[in-house]
Amino acid sequence: MKREQLRERATFISALRAFFSERDILEVDTPLLSSSTTPDPAIESIITTNAHYLQTSPESFMKRLLAEGSGSIYQLAPAFRAEEMSPIHNAEFLLLEWYRPGFTMEQLMAEVEELVSNFVDIPSIEQMTVAEAFESVGVKDLLDTDAKTLKEYALAMGLPSADEMELDWDGWIDYFMVLLIQPRFAHAAIFLTHYPASQAALARLSPEDSRVAERFELLLNGIEIANGFRELTDAKEQRTRFEKELEKRRVLNMDEVPLDEELLQALASGMPECSGVAVGVDRLMMISQGKDTIQEVMPFSIEVA
Amino acid sequence: MATVSTSEFRGGLKVMIDGNPCSIIENEIVKPGKGQAFNRVKLKSLVAGKVLERTFKSGESVERADVHEEEYQYSYSDGDLFYFMHQESFEQIGADAAAMGDTEKWLKGQEICLVTLWDGNPISITAPNFVELEITETDPGLRGDTSGGGGKPATLETGAVVRVPLFVSEGEVIKVDTRSGEYVSRVKD
Repeated sequence: MKREQLRERATFISALRAFFSERDILEVDTPLLSSSTTPDPAIESIITTNAHYLQTSPESFMKRLLAEGSGSIYQLAPAFRAEEMSPIHNAEFLLLEWYRPGFTMEQLMAEVEELVSNFVDIPSIEQMTVAEAFESVGVKDLLDTDAKTLKEYALAMGLPSADEMELDWDGWIDYFMVLLIQPRFAHAAIFLTHYPASQAALARLSPEDSRVAERFELLLNGIEIANGFRELTDAKEQRTRFEKELEKRRVLNMDEVPLDEELLQALASGMPECSGVAVGVDRLMMISQGKDTIQEVMPFSIEVA
Repeated sequence: MATVSTSEFRGGLKVMIDGNPCSIIENEIVKPGKGQAFNRVKLKSLVAGKVLERTFKSGESVERADVHEEEYQYSYSDGDLFYFMHQESFEQIGADAAAMGDTEKWLKGQEICLVTLWDGNPISITAPNFVELEITETDPGLRGDTSGGGGKPATLETGAVVRVPLFVSEGEVIKVDTRSGEYVSRVKD
């Protein structure tokens, strides 16, 4: 990487830090190695020879700090996922994650928009619920559908391999997401909000409608830039979700992972009500600099690392 | 039966789709923020020549197609099949009109062609990149016009029609690029 590009990356990262220090959000650094990892079946962790996992995000450690009373915190840290390289995937990438005690999801989304508009020239970011986004591509009443209806929609729309695809309801939602929703917003800036409860991840369910979770994603040019939650603080509910994911891993014949008891303990000890978000720094940088791949903004991509 | 996982997908890989051998043109990994990842794949059917689009769940496996290419020399046609001879084993194979496609129009015999074989049977024939053929019919060029702009049609000894510059005349041998079907130059004896 040329010095000029290194400088651009350095400037970008110091601007991120300035954003947080202006708001009195504390920078923290937590371990990259952990004895547990996310059980999310969509994420493959990298395990080290001393039986530790390279973090897939700093979420667990940061929540443990929040439970100890850290107040607002942020972290810039590498994250690792055993996944194939693509123009927007690299096994090691830079994550920006921050937590705001007392913030609602909407307040945090406003802050994400402030941050992003420092780097990307966008008038304002549109907001749409996942159900509304599906409606806009022709799928009505998403939350009342089942796997069969979604497959019928896919067949009627002539989507590729719809007939031979065997998916559960969440799988079909993912299928529509990548084949229709992401391409539809390929030239837009949009917050997708209120994911179905089955895709809540670590977000709490909406008190107004328990069929959806207070989870949002920011898409720029159809690419996921940020994923945020009104955080789930209920330890019991979190344990149930983890166990469900572990069960899914067993069904899929994936490696078992130890349950993150420390995180559950932190939630039980009283983690403050808060919202948190993770931003893919390389992706934001790529879009900000008008590049086509995140590898172009990295000093070394996984291929040459 | 050999299978291949989506993680090994790359351009040029030959796989079976709906019972037909296909060659991967393009492979794109697409993921929602969280959840199931997919591979969007563009393939070319090696028999029908059509381009298809398919989606696979990432990690799925598909059957590998037993397809490879070998050099054969074109011998003759009996009106039904086109016969080719292997360059080393001298084994003879017959390709039907579907496999031959429009490659026939470049061949008069003895050319070394690339034959695509699926389970040992020829499914497509690729002519040499360049062939030299005699012009059997073309209008006389206008005297003094050497610009070559526009050109004129010329029928070759194999029946193929190509555009040639105005100064080229009947009875001459020309070199043609079979990939684009374009005139390259005159061939002087």
